[in-house]
Amino acid sequence: MSASAEATVLITHEVGLHARPSVKFTKLAKTFSAEVEVALAANGPWFDAKSIVKVMAAKAPKGTLLHIRAKGDGAGEAVGALVELVRRDFDEGADHVRTA
Amino acid sequence: MSNVGIVIVSHSPLVAEGTADMVRQMVGDEVPLAWCGGNGHGGLGTSVEAIMGAIDKAWSEAGVAILVDLGGAETNSEMAVELIGEPRAQKIIVCNAPIVEGAVMAATEASGGGSLKEVVATAHELSPS
Repeated sequence: MSASAEATVLITHEVGLHARPSVKFTKLAKTFSAEVEVALAANGPWFDAKSIVKVMAAKAPKGTLLHIRAKGDGAGEAVGALVELVRRDFDEGADHVRTA
Repeated sequence: MSNVGIVIVSHSPLVAEGTADMVRQMVGDEVPLAWCGGNGHGGLGTSVEAIMGAIDKAWSEAGVAILVDLGGAETNSEMAVELIGEPRAQKIIVCNAPIVEGAVMAATEASGGGSLKEVVATAHELSPS
C-alpha cells in the first residue's frame, strides 16, 4: 500500500514562488522520500517539486493557488510541510511569525 | 554522506564572490563552496593555480561541480582538473551553464544530497541545447 496526499495552498508571498522561495520549497521537498509534485492548476501540468529548475521556471506569482501532491513514504508529512512553508510566506517578510 | 562541492570561476573576483554570496544566502552552508576570479594582479582573468586551490577548498568525496563564465575560465578550469589528475579528476566536472543561475541551481541540488551527475544535469537544464 502506498500513501498519497494532496492539498492546495494560496501563495501570499509578495513576489510569489520566485528564486529564494523556490530554493526553500525545493530543499524542503527533497527532505522527503515521497514523490512530490506541484501544479498551478488542478488539472496540471504537474511537475517535480524537487526540481529547482522546474519550480523556478513555473514563476508562480502571488495569488496562485498552488496544488501539491505526494505519493509514497511520508506523503502526508511532505504535503503538510510544504503547505506550511507556503503559508508562512517561506519564512520571509515581516509577517512570517503569523500563526494559523 | 557528503554533498557535492561547488566551485565558481569568474574573470572578475567581484562576480565570483557575489555569486558565492547568492549561493550561501539562498541555499545555505551545507554545500562545500569556493570561488576564485581575477588574474592575481588586480585585473580580470582566471588563474589555473587559484582554480586548483578553490577545488581543494570545496573538495568533497561526492565530487565537485565547477561553474565558469567566459572562455578562459572554462579552459583554465579544464587545465586545473587535468593537473589535479586522477583519481580526483574523474569527480570534477566543468558545467556548461550560466554562472549565477547554474551555481544556485547546482547548489540547491547538491544540498539535497544529489549525486555529481544530478547536480551537473540540474545546471545543464538551464542551457539551451
